[in-house]
Amino acid sequence: MPSATQTGTPVIEVSHVSTRFGQAVVHKDVSLTVNQREVFAIAGGNGCGKSTLLREIIGLTTPSGGTIRLFGVDSRRLEASAGQPIHRRFGVMFQHGALFSSLTLAENVAVPLREHTKLSPRLIREIVDVKIAMVGLPADSAGKFPNELSGGMRRRAALARAIVMDPELIFLDEPTAGLDPMIAAGFDELVLSLKTHLGLTVVMVTHDLDSLWRIADRVAVLGDGEVLGIGTMEELSESDDPIIREYFHGPRGRAAMEQAVWNGREPEP
Amino acid sequence: MEQEATISVSGNVVNCRGVWTLANLPELERHSGRLRWPDAPDVICDVGEVTAMDTGGALLLQRSINGLRQMGRTVTLQGLKPEFAELVRLVETRAPLNHTAGRRRRRWEEQVARTVRGRKEAVVDGLGFLGETVVTLGRALLRPKSIRWRALLRIVEVDGVRALPITGLLTFLVGVVIAYQGAEQLRKFGTNIFIVDLVGISLVREIAPLIVAILIAGRSGSAYAAEIGTMKVTEELDAVRTLGISPIDLLVLPRAFALVIALPLLTVYADVLGVFGGMLIASSQLNVSLTEFVARFEEAVAVRHFLIGLAKAPFFAMIIALVGCYQGFRIRGGVDDVGRHTTISVVQSIFLVIVFDSICSVLTNWWDL
Repeated sequence: MPSATQTGTPVIEVSHVSTRFGQAVVHKDVSLTVNQREVFAIAGGNGCGKSTLLREIIGLTTPSGGTIRLFGVDSRRLEASAGQPIHRRFGVMFQHGALFSSLTLAENVAVPLREHTKLSPRLIREIVDVKIAMVGLPADSAGKFPNELSGGMRRRAALARAIVMDPELIFLDEPTAGLDPMIAAGFDELVLSLKTHLGLTVVMVTHDLDSLWRIADRVAVLGDGEVLGIGTMEELSESDDPIIREYFHGPRGRAAMEQAVWNGREPEP
Repeated sequence: MEQEATISVSGNVVNCRGVWTLANLPELERHSGRLRWPDAPDVICDVGEVTAMDTGGALLLQRSINGLRQMGRTVTLQGLKPEFAELVRLVETRAPLNHTAGRRRRRWEEQVARTVRGRKEAVVDGLGFLGETVVTLGRALLRPKSIRWRALLRIVEVDGVRALPITGLLTFLVGVVIAYQGAEQLRKFGTNIFIVDLVGISLVREIAPLIVAILIAGRSGSAYAAEIGTMKVTEELDAVRTLGISPIDLLVLPRAFALVIALPLLTVYADVLGVFGGMLIASSQLNVSLTEFVARFEEAVAVRHFLIGLAKAPFFAMIIALVGCYQGFRIRGGVDDVGRHTTISVVQSIFLVIVFDSICSVLTNWWDL
């Protein structure tokens, strides 16, 4: 597995992060690192603070305690300096796409290029064309508005917008939630191919056990405000932690694991 | 590391060097556009010293190569690093997309037809909404227990009670303004006391109800449109329907009833503060003391003026609530539609309020009220 052999400075370092909303404690003490060129997944039950952690890493929410470093820069500084040029180095795909509804798909994808670069319209158009083709959207969808697209297409369009600046790192918030199994599998393939083509580091929040088995190099399971376990899916499926066991050995977890075995990715003994 | 990107020609070799990424591309594109390409039939494109390349860089490289090929040269790509090869291959196989599919320009007769059809739909929709509301309203009035009093009272609080400061301040100021303008003219004739008639009748009969209605249209009508529209966008309205609840009953009636209750009350309050504003100016500018003002007010301003003003308020309330809710229900698409229909709701309700008010003026004039 590539995760073990990856070297270099970590892309993301989360150390001792705690988060409280009023009385509610979301994270007690969360630490993890994400290495270059790996697919890192954050998993865990509903309401365990996965999405909150993601928002904290990308600087949309400030944690109550601890530090988060993105490319070695404190995430609290991201906002202060308008994020330049760190913002150009990562892309975010939100759960429901968050496409701008007044713009066509192609215009949506072009937004970061128009805002942050001085490229000629011709080159912008060409780059947008490549990205739209890259995420596997049909050629006639470029001129359509978001409300004319299906959920899966919207997701792909959002991904195209996230990678249009050729970032080193992309964040995916529940990329396969609500997609049918075929399209979800296709989306996993897409993420893998983008990772190899563009040399991306991928951080994703997901519930989708199939998707975890298929594409995640390493997985962090959150629960009780802490990281219950980090490792490959094989390692985690051997874990003794009751919550992780329940997560992976519940009926769905078992089915996904069997599927993974079927696909030739055998859990280690 | 070299931070620039260059493209240069020496002999039959095109040398590409440096960092071919977004930051350098605008300069690079301009430069490659001005470049004099080699004349030899066989051109070697050496990219061995390109240290970084992204999609844009690959596109630009491919554009240069294609340009050369179109001029009839054979181009050999040399020294392409394996990590960029995939990207270059990807870019080569791209197909230009159709950005304007489904956005073709419409001919004018089509435009007209669309507009007419849109208007027709709006009228039919509007009548449908009005009909449904009237039926639901009738049913609710027959069974007062079915009215959602709790929601109704909450709306009275939000749209009535909390509007008190702003309506009060505004009508007070309007009273002051009218008194000032009147004072100039009346002083010339020495008929200072008529300031009472001027301020009293105009405010109580026309201006206070109108100001209140316009304010509430902007304050609450717009909110109704945005609330209901957002509920529509988030499928809450569909949920309400499938739960067997009439959205009209749940959303429109409480709002309509609440405004019908709140608007007349606000109008009375506005009357008082407006006249009070006029009173202050009368005493400071025209030497009409407060007691004189009140005494004259009793004989000059007949009760019917007050009643006519007050009677209009419930109708204004109905117009505002129904237009706001109706525009909310008409919202179809996404975020920009919410904004558009909110604006329309305010403009339409103010328009209808003023039209209704002028009809009232004409009618009351006919009947010598």
